[in-house]
Amino acid sequence: MRRTLQSIPLLLAISVILYGILYNMPGGPLAPYLQNPHITPADIARLKHNLGMDQPVPIQYLKWLGHVLVGDMGYSTSNSEPVFQALIERFPATLELMGASLTVAILIGVGAGIISAVYRYSVLDYAITTLAFFGQAMPVFWFALMMQLAFAVHGIPLPMGYLIQLPSAGISSGDTFDLGDRLVHLILPAAVLSILGIATFSRFMRSSLLEVLGTDYMRTAAAKGLSFRAILFKHGLKNALIPVVTVIALSLPGLIAGAIFTETIFAWPGMGRLFINALNQSDLALLMGYLLMVAFLVVFSNLLADVVYAWLDPRVKYD
Amino acid sequence: MSAPSLPLPGNTVIDEDLHLSRVTFWSRLRRHKLAIAGLIVLSLMVLAAVFAKQLAPFDPNAIDNVHWQGTPLPPCFQDASQCGGHPLGTDEVGRDLLSRLFFGARISLAVGLFAVLMEILIGSTLGAIAGYYGGWIDYALMRLTDVFLSIPILPLLLVLTAIVAASSTKAALSFGVIVVIIGALSWMPVARLVRASFLSLREREFAEAARAVGNNDGRIIFRHLLPNAIAPIVVQGTLDVANVIILESGLSFLGLGIQPPTASWGNMLANAQSNLSIAWWAAVFPGFCILLTALAINYIGDGLRDALDPNMV
Repeated sequence: MRRTLQSIPLLLAISVILYGILYNMPGGPLAPYLQNPHITPADIARLKHNLGMDQPVPIQYLKWLGHVLVGDMGYSTSNSEPVFQALIERFPATLELMGASLTVAILIGVGAGIISAVYRYSVLDYAITTLAFFGQAMPVFWFALMMQLAFAVHGIPLPMGYLIQLPSAGISSGDTFDLGDRLVHLILPAAVLSILGIATFSRFMRSSLLEVLGTDYMRTAAAKGLSFRAILFKHGLKNALIPVVTVIALSLPGLIAGAIFTETIFAWPGMGRLFINALNQSDLALLMGYLLMVAFLVVFSNLLADVVYAWLDPRVKYD
Repeated sequence: MSAPSLPLPGNTVIDEDLHLSRVTFWSRLRRHKLAIAGLIVLSLMVLAAVFAKQLAPFDPNAIDNVHWQGTPLPPCFQDASQCGGHPLGTDEVGRDLLSRLFFGARISLAVGLFAVLMEILIGSTLGAIAGYYGGWIDYALMRLTDVFLSIPILPLLLVLTAIVAASSTKAALSFGVIVVIIGALSWMPVARLVRASFLSLREREFAEAARAVGNNDGRIIFRHLLPNAIAPIVVQGTLDVANVIILESGLSFLGLGIQPPTASWGNMLANAQSNLSIAWWAAVFPGFCILLTALAINYIGDGLRDALDPNMV
């Protein structure tokens, strides 16, 4: 409960900083008018007054905050619709992409980490740790280009004359919902976006499980005569997964950043691409809305991680 | 592959010891080897960057008017009759790819180095003040750190560079601006590490002694305590060089980093996507350089962590 209350001033501080930064965006909403020779300085002053831009900055901030709290984040000039609506419209696509990537990353990453820890110092372990290092050093956008080059431009030839060729962009079934089409279009972007997660999770899972396998209670379980398999699944994984939960929650900022590249490269109609468009058109209100929204998601996921952590591990107490 | 088993004490204690020592020896050697390999790769990259002018076969910004006909020239190993003497071919406007890679190395490595120096400067100053003084100063600085950690860096970075780019001429969005912005947004992990070290260091006898002989706080912090907190800073800083290089290349890829015609590995990839079907080389080589450099630095950082702090896993 106290953690929940603590995140409120955190969000407020974030909003102050973001407002301070974006307030200095040159031109702002008046930029198009400043260029126009037919508009006199008196008109500008009138517009400033109408938009409340002649008031002190703290007053402007409080007014803006009041609007944001009731879901009014202003009007997006590049999309000609309210910011909140523009973001909400793109949210499902981003959620689909990030959800798919995170699921893949957790399944493969945790699985690979377990294999790595159980067969420590085997060839398989070396292969997994090496690949994890590659994954962490991989620029997301370049990996996206390479996947497009391999699967979309040329296609991977299989024996018997089959060719694996995957679509590289968007969704072809626009109006009607076609699950197969959706999934085929999801493969490349989701694969690209999950790489960093797979690398991070497998490394953490490996060290976490190794630590647990060396503890006294594991030794006790072995002394009782339980098989390795029983020890691993009944006692080992349960305890080793707890710290990994935190790592998964903390991976959200990286996932958001990766989604910006992935959506841009694969023409995915999500929030990341919306953000890049807004950036190119100096759409102040939308940029602000996006930054606030992702900051809120990050704070919320950190809070969730704390709660889940305390629930999974009764030894952890927050006062 | 041996059958899975718990790393339990073996049948005899001697057995276990032998097993353990061999295992740690091999793992240390292996890690060490990879760190050395990383060091070699990074040294080659640094040499390529420093001697870019001498090594580059062509002017990195010159268009080959003799051979270039509107489509990128292929690398010589692919088609020696078409490449026009460009070892790795040219980009979409006929500039030598290899030469641009050499000059791009300068940008990537320099941004990585200076942005990390900046982040260490900010991070260790704030972390040292928070850890040394404690109390409400500590509380305020750590909450500030939390705030910055809660804003995803990349979108904010993009917005900031866009602001700078819009408020001035394109040329101002230079190397220096990018270094400052990246450094100003990535000091948080360093601040936390330094604070943690200072919390214990300030209680030690030598800190007490430095205070007793009348040193002022600034001198105690920078001359006596900070040198003892250097190990985690070095490890974090090394790993962050790789992260910054990836970050800068991403910015440049989106057109908000280093501005063309100056070559950077990131902006060389900016147009690669639209030419993917006719010029694979323009997409493959710059990104491979980023990957290789980041990988080398990560292995060095890993090796440093093992060497400097044996307690960390």
